[in-house]
Amino acid sequence: MGVVKTFPMGGVHPPENKLTADSAIQVLDPPSEVAILLGQHIGAPAEPLVQKGDTVKVGTLIGEGKAFISANVHSSVSGTVKRIDQALDAAGFRKPAVIISVEGDEWEEHIDRSSTLVTEITTPPEDIVRRIKTAGIVGMGGAAFPTNVKYMVPEGKHIDTLLINGVECEPFLTADHRLMLEHPQEILVGIEILRRALQVDRAVVGIELNKPDAIEEMTRHAEQFSNIEVYGLKVQYPQGAEKQLIKAILDREVPGGKLPLDVGCVVNNIGTALAAYHQIQKNRPLIDRVVTVTGTSLPNRGNFLVRIGTPFSHTIEAAGGMPQDVAKVIAGGPMMGKAVPDLSVTVTKGTSGILLLDKKAAQRHETVACIRCSKCVTVCPIGLEPYLLEKLARVEYWEQADEHDVLDCIECGSCSYICPSNRPLLDYIKVGKVKVHEMRRASAS
Amino acid sequence: MNELLLYSALSLGGVAAGFAVVLYIISRRFRVDEDPRIAEVTELLPGINCGACGHPGCTGLAEALVEAADSGDISHLTCPPGGAETMRTVGEYFGLEVGSTHKTIAVLRCGGSFANAPAKTEYQGPTSCTAAHTLYVGETGCPNSCLRLNDCEIACPFDAIVMSSTTGLPEVLPDLCTSCGACVKVCPRNLFEIRPRGKGKAERRVWINCRNTQPGAVARKNCAVACIGCGKCVRVCNDIVQAISMENNLAYIDPDKCISCGKCVPVCPTNAISATFPPPKPKEPKKAAAETQA
Repeated sequence: MGVVKTFPMGGVHPPENKLTADSAIQVLDPPSEVAILLGQHIGAPAEPLVQKGDTVKVGTLIGEGKAFISANVHSSVSGTVKRIDQALDAAGFRKPAVIISVEGDEWEEHIDRSSTLVTEITTPPEDIVRRIKTAGIVGMGGAAFPTNVKYMVPEGKHIDTLLINGVECEPFLTADHRLMLEHPQEILVGIEILRRALQVDRAVVGIELNKPDAIEEMTRHAEQFSNIEVYGLKVQYPQGAEKQLIKAILDREVPGGKLPLDVGCVVNNIGTALAAYHQIQKNRPLIDRVVTVTGTSLPNRGNFLVRIGTPFSHTIEAAGGMPQDVAKVIAGGPMMGKAVPDLSVTVTKGTSGILLLDKKAAQRHETVACIRCSKCVTVCPIGLEPYLLEKLARVEYWEQADEHDVLDCIECGSCSYICPSNRPLLDYIKVGKVKVHEMRRASAS
Repeated sequence: MNELLLYSALSLGGVAAGFAVVLYIISRRFRVDEDPRIAEVTELLPGINCGACGHPGCTGLAEALVEAADSGDISHLTCPPGGAETMRTVGEYFGLEVGSTHKTIAVLRCGGSFANAPAKTEYQGPTSCTAAHTLYVGETGCPNSCLRLNDCEIACPFDAIVMSSTTGLPEVLPDLCTSCGACVKVCPRNLFEIRPRGKGKAERRVWINCRNTQPGAVARKNCAVACIGCGKCVRVCNDIVQAISMENNLAYIDPDKCISCGKCVPVCPTNAISATFPPPKPKEPKKAAAETQA
C-alpha cells in the first residue's frame, strides 16, 4: 500500500453511515415492467431503434447514441416493447423512454454469462474504445459522462496516468466498496483494459482508508499487475470528485474550465472498470448496476444488482418495503443526490444509491442571517466564496457571479452542509450556474 | 480696513468674472439643442416609466415618437398602459395617424391552484421559482405549472401581482397592471402572457388557462383543469372566427382574432378556458334535455 494522501483545500467529514458495508451484493429479479430512459447520460439522448411490439432480449440494443456526446442504451430485460413513450426522470420531468413488459429472462446469445475470470486481453486498444461506446458505458459514479469520449484524446495532449476512483466518499453508499470486495480480479482486469485503451504505463486506484478490507483485497490482487498501484487516501469529502482525486493522488491541479485531460490523466470509476471488463471479456453491455438501497429504518437494506429501468418502488420492496416514517427518497447519496418526487422513477446507469430519510433527517432547518463565519469558504474544495455567490445569485448579478467563477462549483454541497445559519448556499449557486450558462450562450449567439 | 474690503471684493469679483467667462464659453461651445417637442410629448404619456413599449421610460418613447414623426410615420409605436386614448392625443399632437392600439394586461396561464393541482411533494428550499425550477418538476408534478412561490410578485414594479392565499396562484390586479412585462421575463415557466384587455368597459377577454403540452391523460393526473387537447374549443370557434389553434396537445386563443363571445368556455370538458365574464350557457344540452322531456 502506498502513502496516505488527500486533497489539501477544503472538505468536510459528514457522518459516514455506511450501514450496508457488510451486506453482500444480492441479485434483484427484474420487475414486471421496466422503463428505460433514452437519456441516462450527460449529452444528447439516444435515438430509439425498436418499435412497439418488438421482442427484445437482455442486451439488445434499443437506443443508439448518434451525437458526439451520447451513449447507446440496451435492453436490460427480455420481453416485448410495450410502447415508446416518456417516463419520469429523477427530477420529475418526463423524458423519452422505452417501456418493456418483461417475459422470462432470455439473454442475447453472444453474451458470456459464466462467472469464469478471463484475464487474457486480446482486444487491441482502438477496438476497446469502440466497444466501450458500443456497450453504452458511462461514468458509473453518478455523473454518467459517456466513457468513450474521455478516451478520445485530442492531438497534442499527452496522457500519462489512469486514475481509478474507488473513493466512494458519499455517506451511506457502499456499492463500489462491495464491488471491490467481491469482484477485485474482474475490476483489476477492467482497469488493465482501460489502461491499454489509453496506452499509458501507470494506473492508480484511490480508496479511502475507511475501507481497509477493500484496500487489502485490491492491493493483494494488484500484485499480479505490474502497472497498477493502490493508494489509501485519508477520509475526506469530496475526495471522489474528479479534480480532488487528481490533486490528492498526483498533486496536479486542474485549472477552472479545464479537463483532467489537460493535466495528463483520465479518471474512471470502479464500476466503469467492471463494466469495461464485462464488455471486452464477456461481451456483456451495460444492462445492470449495483445500487445501495439504504436508510436507517429500512429493514433489509443492502446492495442490489439491479437491472437498468427498474422502478425505485421495486427495489425498496426488495429491501423490505417502505417504512412508515420515510419522508424523503433520494437518488444517489445524501450530499449530492436528488430527492425524487415519485417512486415510479427508474434506476439509470448513474444511480449509485437509493436513500430513504425519515422526517427528522429530511427536514431543512430554519434559515437565519449569515454571520460571516466564513466556514463555507474554508470547506469549499475549489476555493470559491459560497456566501458571496449566494448573495450575487439572490440579487441576480450574473456577470459578477461569473467573475467569481460560479461555473467552477462542483456542487459537492460542503458549504450548505457546514453553514451554521442553514443558508441555502448551493441552491442559489445552482441557479447562478444555470443563469450564467444562459447568459454566456446568449452573448455567444 | 477699507483696503481689506476693497481687495477681497476685487479678488473674489475677479475670480467670479473669470469663471463666468469660462462657463459662458463652455455653454456656447458644447450647447445641446433639445427638441422642445420631446418634453411636450413626455407630458402626454402616462409618466410611469414602465418600459412596456420597449423604450427606456416615457422620455425614451417620446424621443422615438419625435424621431418617427419627422420621418412621417408613428404608427409602429405604442404605449401599452396608456392604450388608445394616450396614443390618440399623441396622434393629434403630431397630426399623424396612430396604429391600432388596445390596452393590454398580463394574464396568468395556469389554473394549478391548491384545489385543482394538489401538492404531491413538499418543497423545502429557497422561496424562489427560479431556484425550484432548476431543482425539480415542482409540488404539483406538472412541468408547466405555476410553482406557487412568488418571483412574479417580487418582480412586479407596480404591486399589481398578489399571491392568493386560497389558490396559491398569483393574481393580476387589473387596475394596477401596466403590462410592462416584468412578470413575463421573470417566470421560469413562461406562464404570463401580455394580452389585450378585451372588449368594452367590462374588459371581456378569454384565454386558455394552461400551458401543459403533455398528452391529456398525463396532464390530468396532475391537474383537474389542464388542457387535454381534445379540440372541442377549436371546433366551436371554427364556425365563428377561427381564433383557436391546437399545437402539442395545447389550445391557444389568438387574441387578435378572438371576439370574446365566450362560446368555447362551456364546451371545455376540463374547464381549462377562463373568461372575465360569465360565459353564455350552452344551447345544445338544453335542447337535448327538452327533447327527452317531451
